[in-house]
Amino acid sequence: MTTSLVAVQLLNGVEYGLLLFLVASGLTIIFGVLGVLNFAHGSFYMLGAYLAYFIAERTGSLLFAALLGLPVMVLVGFLVERLAISRLYARDHLSQVLLTYGLVLVFNDLQRALFGNEVHGVPMPRALTGSVALGEMQSWPVYRIFTSVACLCIALLLRQVILGTRFGMRVRAGASNAEMVEALGIDVRKLFSALFTAGAVLAALSGMLAAPLTTVYPGMGEGILIVSFVVVVIGGIGSIKGAFAGALLVGIADTFGKVLLPGVSSAVVYAVMAAVLLFRPRGLLGQPALQR
Amino acid sequence: MNASRRTRVALLVFAVALALVPLSGDRFWVQFAAKMMIAALFAMSLDLLVGYAGIVSLAHAAFFGLGAYLLAGLTNGAGLVSPLATFPLALAGTAVAALVIGFLSVRTSGVYLVMITLAFTQMLYFLFGEAPGLGGSDGLYVAQRPRLSAFGTTLLDLGNGRTAYFFIWAALVAIYLLLARTVRAPFGRVLAGIRINEARMRTLGYRTRRYKIAAFVAAGALAGLAGVLDATLYGFVNPAIFGWRQSGLVLVTVLLGGKGTLYGPALGAVLLGVLEHFGEKWTAYWNALIGAVAIATVLALPGGLAGLLRGSRG
Repeated sequence: MTTSLVAVQLLNGVEYGLLLFLVASGLTIIFGVLGVLNFAHGSFYMLGAYLAYFIAERTGSLLFAALLGLPVMVLVGFLVERLAISRLYARDHLSQVLLTYGLVLVFNDLQRALFGNEVHGVPMPRALTGSVALGEMQSWPVYRIFTSVACLCIALLLRQVILGTRFGMRVRAGASNAEMVEALGIDVRKLFSALFTAGAVLAALSGMLAAPLTTVYPGMGEGILIVSFVVVVIGGIGSIKGAFAGALLVGIADTFGKVLLPGVSSAVVYAVMAAVLLFRPRGLLGQPALQR
Repeated sequence: MNASRRTRVALLVFAVALALVPLSGDRFWVQFAAKMMIAALFAMSLDLLVGYAGIVSLAHAAFFGLGAYLLAGLTNGAGLVSPLATFPLALAGTAVAALVIGFLSVRTSGVYLVMITLAFTQMLYFLFGEAPGLGGSDGLYVAQRPRLSAFGTTLLDLGNGRTAYFFIWAALVAIYLLLARTVRAPFGRVLAGIRINEARMRTLGYRTRRYKIAAFVAAGALAGLAGVLDATLYGFVNPAIFGWRQSGLVLVTVLLGGKGTLYGPALGAVLLGVLEHFGEKWTAYWNALIGAVAIATVLALPGGLAGLLRGSRG
């Protein structure tokens, strides 16, 4: 491999990792605070991507699709939390897994019924179609740069919200002791509802950003869900910093795996996970004790 | 937990009725019933983990798939036909895989374990779907169905639909009796103790992790047996049987039937099988139907069908 090829793969890996972080951070926060393992998180990613395709095809603008699609996802996230997830807070993992697994099946068929089974391409915004030369042989598409920067900005915003606002303070308090937060007079129900909705929107936004790069296809939500689980497991459940580290590690491992080990590339990510778990069973930044 | 007298009578009637299915002579329904029995065996094996040891694993489809692929591999690759050779080897192979995955997974618990087992399942799914020589996404045919012959005469030909049916029936009955004994034996009691309060069991001096790994391996090997029987019945394996959705589906089966009862999950397997069969004809969106059943079970029927039969809902 030449240096520029390595550089391009590294950039691709970082870009994929940042995108993964957006999905995984929602997953890990929802688990950390609400205590719910949400399999339907990937479905929100898929719905986001399909909304991007559906609206962009009709209006010709991905930006417009995001502006119209995100409010839809706010509604979807809110309804799912109120109608289903909120009944799970006091239940065991098995119930959580099964209910959200049921949601995945329902959302998959909903996608088939609304958008069909075909694979769809989503055009990039015209201003972002070019690419930047890297060395003599390689180049990097502008849209990937845009995605990376956008993800990075959202990640920083997320950090700011969690560390610097009252809402974020409640989220952190809720993560360490939800009962105490409730005793202090904060409406935990509203907090959980808002948080779950935010996670759903974040996942959908990632789907929208990824749509022009990956195309839109049935089952895309499950693929990203499972990789996000790997990210969360590597990083340590409930840890946002861990999710960031895990996402970059997985993104880079996956990208190089595809180049170096083409036959078994999909298994590389899981091998990395197994290696991490061998030495740190609770993930890179996971809390050691705390059983939920 | 102990099957009551009424349940025992019902199970006996059910087992006899199943044994009579081949008399109908309808090949479709015989194969359908065989498929249900394999699903029941598969769900019962998971019940040992979920219902008794309290371990929620999403790796169960992986062991089913490994069993099926090992049978295909031993037959096609090594030319082994005798079930006396292939079945124990396939089960041993599955048990070893369960030991490795169990060793890595059981160090954690709860949600971690769910995610880790899911990831391992997915890894195997990709390996068997992509790796060269394993048939890729098209899968593999089992070149020869298991057949036992001695001195030139065939004693047992599992390529024969009816023979395979009775073999599967016998396996189901035997495994039910074995599991029912196991969960009443000290081993099963320790598993139940771990589910209810692991710390206390540890304080009592039990090496709980070893027990959990043992349960994981036993359940995995039995899932492998279900896979072996599946490959025997259909003569065909494909990587879709590894998918995490299959793992999810068997969990739904266990909860729908009623976890911790053994016969409940078998009941769940029959119900889901029937639902799938008629749902497929009725609507293209029968997967959503299964999803709705899963959601409804969690919200309205946490004790499953067995709980309903016993007159309690939890």
